[in-house]
Amino acid sequence: MKNDRYIVIVGCGRLGSHLANRLSIEGNSVVVIDNKESTFENLSLDFSGFRIEGDATRLSVLKEAKLGDADVLIATTREDNVNLMVAQVAHKLFAVPKVIARVFDPRREEMYKQLGVETICPTTVAAELFLIEASKGGKR
Amino acid sequence: MKVLLVGGGKTLYFLCRKFTSSGHDVIIVDSDRDECVSLSRQLTATVVAGDGSDSRILDEAGVRGADVVLAITSNDQDNLVICQLAMRTFGVRRAMALANDPENATVFRDLGLDAFSTTEIIGSLIEQHAAIDQVRNLLPVGEGKVNVTEVSVDTGSPVAGKLLKDIELPGNALVAVIIRENETIVPRGGSSIIAGDRVVLITLPENHGKVIEAFTGERA
Repeated sequence: MKNDRYIVIVGCGRLGSHLANRLSIEGNSVVVIDNKESTFENLSLDFSGFRIEGDATRLSVLKEAKLGDADVLIATTREDNVNLMVAQVAHKLFAVPKVIARVFDPRREEMYKQLGVETICPTTVAAELFLIEASKGGKR
Repeated sequence: MKVLLVGGGKTLYFLCRKFTSSGHDVIIVDSDRDECVSLSRQLTATVVAGDGSDSRILDEAGVRGADVVLAITSNDQDNLVICQLAMRTFGVRRAMALANDPENATVFRDLGLDAFSTTEIIGSLIEQHAAIDQVRNLLPVGEGKVNVTEVSVDTGSPVAGKLLKDIELPGNALVAVIIRENETIVPRGGSSIIAGDRVVLITLPENHGKVIEAFTGERA
């Protein structure tokens, strides 16, 4: 994996901060956006990137994060619609080459794939893993 | 026409009343259950309680049969997803999104939606009303792409006493109607404008200021 990329992460909750810490320690330039300043406490001491307090559905906030220069955008807020909007804006308006959105509702995934937004649904991913593990169990 | 409105609050209530009184069928989707109860008592519309950005709720509300979907919630991200679901998943021909953040109106248009910003509309109304007393009834048409303006011509106006064809107007501007006392004149080049007339102008945002200036002599 290349570790010198410019990565913008929207949402600094459990998932967002975990990704931000990992990607920053690996050597990437990371910017984290969250509208609650207290969430930045989730970042580790080793995190060497930037923090922006603001609403990522506002264009001015995305411009402040220099989204036009980003190699990757990851949208991880707890609101599907925020992630889907930010991902589309990143893809269409800022031409970010790699855009990934967390989407909780699996029914929204298909439509957004068509719109060029790559989505990851934690429910589907977890369900797959559970099914694989469950299939390993034999019959008593 | 069948209109599906997603949102809440007074705007939703009054919009619904306006549409039903002009004979349109209205369906409301509102996530506030208490508000839904009171809306269904006050309005002759179908009211569905739920999240309008959830495809099941939209389907249940009958989005497939809607001619227009109007998303006016206070969250821009929800308005975007509601309109995209309506158009892409359910094949609704027209969906319009309110951009609470005026900058998002452009964003929505770039993403292929019809969008409007009430802040921009009201803001331009106030600016242009307050700027010149002679200018009235400014109405943005086509999401603000065209303005309809009524201007009173007084004796100090640079156009008073002139023939329409002698008035120098920027391109893409039109004098639609001259109102003289109780008479309404659809003008031709040979029509004259006299003090006391009210003229209705059709302009574009880029030439609006110049046209108003030509008729009032003041800088808009």
